[in-house]
Amino acid sequence: MKTNELTLKKAINLLEKKEISIDEVYNDTFAAIEAKNKELNIYLSIEKQALKKAKKQEDKPLRGLPIAVKDNFLTQDLPTTASSRVLDGFIPSYESTVTKKLSEAGGVTVGKTNMDAWAHGSSTETSDYGPTKNPRNPKYLPGGSSGGSAAAVAADLTIVAIGTETAGSIRQPASWCGVVGLKPTYGRVSRYGIVAMGSSLDSPGPLTKTVEDSAIMLNFMAGKDDLDGTTSQLPVLDYTKNLKKGVDGLKIGVCYIDHPQIKNKEVAESTKKAIKTFQSLGARVDMIPTSHNLEKDKVLSHEYAISVYTVVQRAEVASNLSRYDGIRYGADRNDFGKEAKNRILLGIFGLSNIIKKDELVYEHAQKVRSLYIDNFKQLFRDYDLLISPTSPSYALALGATSNDPMFGELQDMLVEPSSLAGICGISVPMAKDEKTNLYLGLNIMGDYWQEEKILQAAWAYEQVNKII
Amino acid sequence: MAKIDKKIVEHIANLAHIPLKDKEKEDLATGFNKTLEVIDNLFSIDVLSVGPTYQVTGLENVLRNDEVNEKTTFSQENALKNTKRKHNGYFVVDQILEDD
Repeated sequence: MKTNELTLKKAINLLEKKEISIDEVYNDTFAAIEAKNKELNIYLSIEKQALKKAKKQEDKPLRGLPIAVKDNFLTQDLPTTASSRVLDGFIPSYESTVTKKLSEAGGVTVGKTNMDAWAHGSSTETSDYGPTKNPRNPKYLPGGSSGGSAAAVAADLTIVAIGTETAGSIRQPASWCGVVGLKPTYGRVSRYGIVAMGSSLDSPGPLTKTVEDSAIMLNFMAGKDDLDGTTSQLPVLDYTKNLKKGVDGLKIGVCYIDHPQIKNKEVAESTKKAIKTFQSLGARVDMIPTSHNLEKDKVLSHEYAISVYTVVQRAEVASNLSRYDGIRYGADRNDFGKEAKNRILLGIFGLSNIIKKDELVYEHAQKVRSLYIDNFKQLFRDYDLLISPTSPSYALALGATSNDPMFGELQDMLVEPSSLAGICGISVPMAKDEKTNLYLGLNIMGDYWQEEKILQAAWAYEQVNKII
Repeated sequence: MAKIDKKIVEHIANLAHIPLKDKEKEDLATGFNKTLEVIDNLFSIDVLSVGPTYQVTGLENVLRNDEVNEKTTFSQENALKNTKRKHNGYFVVDQILEDD
C-alpha cells in the first residue's frame, strides 16, 4: 500500500511510530497527482512547498499531513478562484479561519480543488476550468460543488479534504465518489475567509476516507470564531472520544423513500438494507411517511425545499456576488459565467415585487423554510436520527448538466430540507455498483449540534457495511 | 405569477450591473420562466401561521467592540496587491460624474 492511500488516522499513527516518514507521504501523494491529475482535473493549483511546510508541522496533531482544500477557501500562498475566471490568478490577502486552524493543528494545504464556479452547482462540470472526472469511473461526474475535494479523496491524491456545503455540496459529491462527507450544523464551523455563496446556509466540513477521519477533522475545524458572528459558543467536543459507542437503543426515522420520485429506485432498496443493518445493531427504526403539509409524525416533502432553496440561495448569491466589481481584485462583471449570471438575476427577481405584487417571493420562501425547521424540531423530539439516501441516483455521466437550470436541485433534493434547517448530516458509502464501480451514499441527519451522534451512527454503519 | 420577458431581464440586469448579449437575455427569460414553474409550489402550502426564518440557529445581535483589529487589518501594499489599476497608493475607479 502506498502512503497516500492511508486514512488520516492510520497515517497519524504510522508517523507517530516512525514506521513511515512524512517525505514518503508527500512523494507518494505527488506521484499520484502527477499520474492522475491531468486526466481527472482535480487540483487547480498545487503547493510546491508542501513537504517543506510539513516538516515544520510534524510535532502537531495532524503531523504535517496533506489536506486538499476546495478553491473557495482563501489561502494566502495559493491562488483562490472559486473556479471562476472572475478571480483568475487572485492571491488572497488573508487566510480563511478553517485553513488557519487546520494549519495550526499541523495540516498542510497540498492544493486547491476544482468546484462548480462560485459553488453554483452539483456536478463540478460548471467550473470555468473544465469538469473534474469521477475517479471511480472517469466517464462520470464527481458531483459537486465540492467535487474536486471528493475526487481528491477517492483518487488518493490527498489524505483528507475539506469542502463547503450550502445544500448538498459536501454530501452529494461524497455520495457519488464513494467517500465520507460531513456537513456540520450551520455555525459549528466558521465561514470567515470563504468565498460566500448562501450566507444563511454555508457550512464548511471535511471529506474523508473514513468516518473516524471526519471526526478527527471536525475536532480541529469546529468552534467559535470572533470573525464570524454566526458561529456558536457551544463547546466543541472531542468527536473521536465516544465514536465507537454504537446505535444500540437509538430511535431512527427513515425519510423520503416512500416518495414517488424515489420509491422504485435502487436507492430505496439500498436504504432498506441500511435499515436492516441499523436494526441488527440494536436501533429501533421506523418509516416516516412523506407529507405535503406540516403534519405530526410525518416528514415534509422535499419538493418545497427545492423551491425555497432556489429562491433563498439565489437572493443571497445576488447580494454576495455584488462585491465583484473588478476594482480591488479580480476581473469585472463581464467575466461571470452563464450560471452565475442566471443566479444573480434570479436572486434579484426573488427580492423584487416583479413576480408577485403583494409579497416578496423571498419572504414567502423563508416562511416555508420555517415549516421545515418546525418539522425537524418535532421529529427530533421523537427520533435520535433521521436517515435517507443522500442523492436519488448514482453519479450521472459527464455532460448531464447541459441546459438543465434545475440540475443541481434535483441531485440535492434529499438533503436540501436539512440544509435549509441548518441541521447536521453525514453521507457515508451505502452501496456500490460492481459494473460501473460507482457508489450510493446514506445520509444520516441529526438535530442541531448533534455531530457526535451522527458520527457514532455513521461509524457503526461503516464497520458493518464494508464496501470500499 | 408574472411572465418574464426580455424587457424584465434587461431591467434586472441593469440593476445587477451584469452586461448581457441579446441572445443571453432571451435564454435567461426562458430559463426563468421554467424556474418559476418549479417554485410555484411554494404558493400551494399554508404559511399563514409562521413567520420567516433568516437565521436558523437563533443567534441575535452578535456584536463586537468597535475597535481596530490588527489581525484583520491589511497594509496598504497588501490591500493593493490584486488590483489592476492603482495610482499613488490608491485604487483607480471609473469616473461617475460628468465634466462640466
